[in-house]
Amino acid sequence: MELLLLIFLPLAGAIVTSFIKGGSAKVSALLFSLLSLCVTIGMLTQFKPDASTQFALNYTWIPQLGINFNVGVDGISMITVILTNVLMPLIILASFKHDYKNSNAFYALILFMQTGLILVFVALDAFLFYIGWEAALIPVYFICAMWGGKDRIKVNMKFFVYTIAGSLFMLLGIIYLYLQNPSNNFDINAFYALKLDSYHQGWVFWAFFIAFAIKMPIFPFHTWQPDTYTEAPTTGTMLLSGIMLKMGIYGVVRWLLPIVPQGVNDWACLALILSVIGIVYASIIAFKQKNAKRLVAYSSIGHVGLIAAGIFTLTTQGLQGTMVQMLSHGVNVIGLFFVLDIISSQLKTNKIEELGGLAKVAPQLAITFLIIVLGTVALPGTNGFVGEFLLLYSVYTHNIWMGAIAGLTIIFGAVYMLRMYQRVMLGTTNELTLTFTDIKGTEKIVLYTICVLIVVMGVYPKPILHLSEASVQQLLDQVNQKLTGVN
Amino acid sequence: MINSLLWLVPLLPLLGFVINGLGRNTLGKSLIGLVGSGVILASFVLSLLMFFELGGATQKQFNVDLFDWISAGNLHVPLSFLYDPLSAIMLLIITGVGFLIHIYSIGYMHEDAGFGKFFAYLNLFIFFMLVLVLGSNYIVMFIGWEGVGLCSYLLIGFWYTNSSYASAAKKAFVMNRIGDLGFLLGVFLIFTTFGSIEFAQVFPKAAAMMPGAGTLTLITILLFIGACGKSAQLPLFTWLPDAMAGPTPVSALIHAATMVTAGIYMIARSSVLFELAPTTQDIIAVVGTATALIAAIIALTQTDIKKVLAYSTVSQLGYMFLGLGVGAYTGSFFHVLTHAFFKALLFLGAGSVIHAMHHEQDMRHMGGLKGKLKTTFATMMIGTIAIAGLPPFSGFFSKDEILAHAFQENKVLWAIGLLTAFLTAFYMFRMMFLTFFGKYRNTHYAEDKVHESPSTMTFPLIVLAILAAIGGAINIPHVFGGNAWLEHWLQGANIKQHALTLDHTTEYALMGVSVLAAVVALIFAYTKYVKNAHVPVSDETERSALAKISYNKFYLDEIYDTIIRKPLDALSKFFYRVIDKKLVDGLVNGFGWTATEGSKGLRLLQSGNVGFYIFMMVLGIIALLSYTYFFIA
Repeated sequence: MELLLLIFLPLAGAIVTSFIKGGSAKVSALLFSLLSLCVTIGMLTQFKPDASTQFALNYTWIPQLGINFNVGVDGISMITVILTNVLMPLIILASFKHDYKNSNAFYALILFMQTGLILVFVALDAFLFYIGWEAALIPVYFICAMWGGKDRIKVNMKFFVYTIAGSLFMLLGIIYLYLQNPSNNFDINAFYALKLDSYHQGWVFWAFFIAFAIKMPIFPFHTWQPDTYTEAPTTGTMLLSGIMLKMGIYGVVRWLLPIVPQGVNDWACLALILSVIGIVYASIIAFKQKNAKRLVAYSSIGHVGLIAAGIFTLTTQGLQGTMVQMLSHGVNVIGLFFVLDIISSQLKTNKIEELGGLAKVAPQLAITFLIIVLGTVALPGTNGFVGEFLLLYSVYTHNIWMGAIAGLTIIFGAVYMLRMYQRVMLGTTNELTLTFTDIKGTEKIVLYTICVLIVVMGVYPKPILHLSEASVQQLLDQVNQKLTGVN
Repeated sequence: MINSLLWLVPLLPLLGFVINGLGRNTLGKSLIGLVGSGVILASFVLSLLMFFELGGATQKQFNVDLFDWISAGNLHVPLSFLYDPLSAIMLLIITGVGFLIHIYSIGYMHEDAGFGKFFAYLNLFIFFMLVLVLGSNYIVMFIGWEGVGLCSYLLIGFWYTNSSYASAAKKAFVMNRIGDLGFLLGVFLIFTTFGSIEFAQVFPKAAAMMPGAGTLTLITILLFIGACGKSAQLPLFTWLPDAMAGPTPVSALIHAATMVTAGIYMIARSSVLFELAPTTQDIIAVVGTATALIAAIIALTQTDIKKVLAYSTVSQLGYMFLGLGVGAYTGSFFHVLTHAFFKALLFLGAGSVIHAMHHEQDMRHMGGLKGKLKTTFATMMIGTIAIAGLPPFSGFFSKDEILAHAFQENKVLWAIGLLTAFLTAFYMFRMMFLTFFGKYRNTHYAEDKVHESPSTMTFPLIVLAILAAIGGAINIPHVFGGNAWLEHWLQGANIKQHALTLDHTTEYALMGVSVLAAVVALIFAYTKYVKNAHVPVSDETERSALAKISYNKFYLDEIYDTIIRKPLDALSKFFYRVIDKKLVDGLVNGFGWTATEGSKGLRLLQSGNVGFYIFMMVLGIIALLSYTYFFIA
């Protein structure tokens, strides 16, 4: 029952909100997202952190094709559900300062996307997963294309076509697995039980990997991302970077590792190399970016690269690091984009060289921004450290040199983040920045919440790690069993 | 008491940070100062009580577990503290010197608009520094390690509207991060080698390993890289002189007495590992000696009073690393202690001068201040004598212990160490003479406006001067009939140092040579700067080649700029403009072009009306659901 609420509450919210004209649409959207958060908290109180699938529901949907409405959550799903439903209210609240045209459509689309996201994270049926996957993409496409910057149409076309193309590969993979499945359904456990040879696992691996790699994105599938993040309205950027890219990460963990472990094993080395290249490459590009939004976009590619690298080490530390880092990255990246949105909505620019001295006129913003920056550069005691520490350790145990190269992120991250912070916040004010006023109202609520999350998760990450520990361990055991079985 | 109250020692400063941080704009200055210094005093009293308890106890190691911090698979990082003779002394230094500097700051920062913020940062620093020395494993140490780096960043850039100060802060953070990567990799290797990162687990297991084992060498080199960042050694020391952009109490506390000695603390703590890695020890000794010499040479020509002291700090830290490299762990730690007294004293004294001269830091515009600033002059003179290594002040004992060990291990290192000691005495007396002797040279600030600092500032100077004078007493060597108390005390923390096998005649001779070197340096400096009243030339004047190299800091910043920063910037642009935009994205667009050309016909379906799209989506869902309901269920 809880899961039905979780999935359809936002959809109901979308329908209701689409009929509300004017400024109340945002309030309606916020209420619905808060309701979802309450449902999540309720579920969390009942959730047992063992490896089992809980709150499971399984309805027959299209029996002719073996499609079932089969959903459930384990620790891994729980992490991503929490991510979605904690960030949604924050993202919606962060958009309050704007008065979007057709705001009913805008907020309806956000809630619609939430349904898609939740579906992705709880689906135990490949068809359902695919539906959620696309259902999350379409609304965010419209959000970016309708309410974005001046290059939005061209940029979004690329983003949309690119990700759709990736999804089609995945669809092919799903259909292939379905055809191989003797019980003729899309059930995830049936897929897990398939015994494919190494060669075919390789093909399925690539079909899924490309879809996930584009979504995250992993180098060299990333070129849609900086343009899209820069041109999208900030709400869209937050949805994409905070939540949607985790669909790709989740997909790798849930649908790639256990279904084609041999394929993963055969290609993990290449995936790891691409991920590690991405970390260094994107960080170096971030050094000299003139637009702060684009700088954060590239920094996100670097951070996600580390997550991907950690997954493909197939170690407990790598996967547990991934779980924590999905949450941390989500919180931190929407914090960064929100700060830039606050600045650009007052000063109409995100160009680093046009800013400076904001700390003088906006001390509250300076403190909160600094805490978010520190979380992003993974200072111990902030959320960023916990994940990055585990991920770097996992990459290090895989290969000492790769660990050292991936570790460059802690130096490079400090270089570009502190450079941005200095150029934007420190120094003397200029004619433009002198007019800036400090954060207030909803801005304060959002930024304070983010800062509290950064510190609390950094000081006491145990509940998060505990939540997914058993599920991650079971998943790895499953992978290892299958690997030893094949050999 | 140790088990039950240890956690309070770091918690009190954290509490001070929270109170002062939240009340920075609302609380009065006297209250902020009271809270800020009060919490440190309370920590100091606690540390003192625990120190006496430890002295009387037979057990020398106390482990206090707080909670399980990070845990994944076989990797466990408990948040736990270790209180033993080594951390006991560190606590006393941090809270004791820290308290004095807090008191001093009440006077020094009184006019500053960021008074509350300053005390909040200072409290936070003490908190992280205490975590650093109390951690019972390498990762808790790392929390403190990076935490003090953050506070250093915040305090160097305290006057952030000055963009060169902000840049200095960033430089310090980034250079520390280079070291931190080494440290982190070292910790990873420790974990994969020993299956734990707890000191209590790692050291016994390491002791069973073959001396010179490759793994141990690699671990210790990686840890040493971390120490090079934090403790400003070659090639990572250039951030420390720039760090003088911070308010002077910060330079005294963070960039002289405590944070920068963290690297020495860490290596002394891990002495079991380093003892088994002779290659690393050689590297440490050479790097330390080179740093000591180069920094001393640079200090010879500097004209900014704080820069002289900054390079002096780098040089003294190099000394400590030389000591570590030749196996004088207690000797180095002894120097950490005495250096904390006399260098904090010298920085605070310099701050008093700068305060009196209304923010003037250039010694060319000082002179003749000894009559005006009597307490400052007298106390700084004691500090100078101590650092110059003249008996019986503290620096003499600690420096000579390091030099004696260096002599025993390697005569060349000893000779360079001696030369450095000579240079140190020279540039320190040069600083004193230029500042306090001769004629008053400042034309912008009238001489009669120069005044001695308030008692909040002179009181810490006096206390530190006493400590700098008599601090050597805690480790008087056997050759003088002492009982080397510190050495015995630290054995309780498993810190062993190589035995000194020199006979007493040699020891006396070595001391004689180094005292002679200091005296000769003093005479040189006196002749040049007092008798001949020499004043360093202005920046426009051409210098001799050697002086130019020294004055321009061996051009290290320029060299790093050319070989690291500029190539990376160029690479950044190349990656962005060529690889990313042209190559990778070009390929993608190539695919895209093919697709769009082929799909022109399908475009007609798109009306551009969002309402229509949503309508179609909802319709689709309803259709699917009703299909389920009517035809299947």
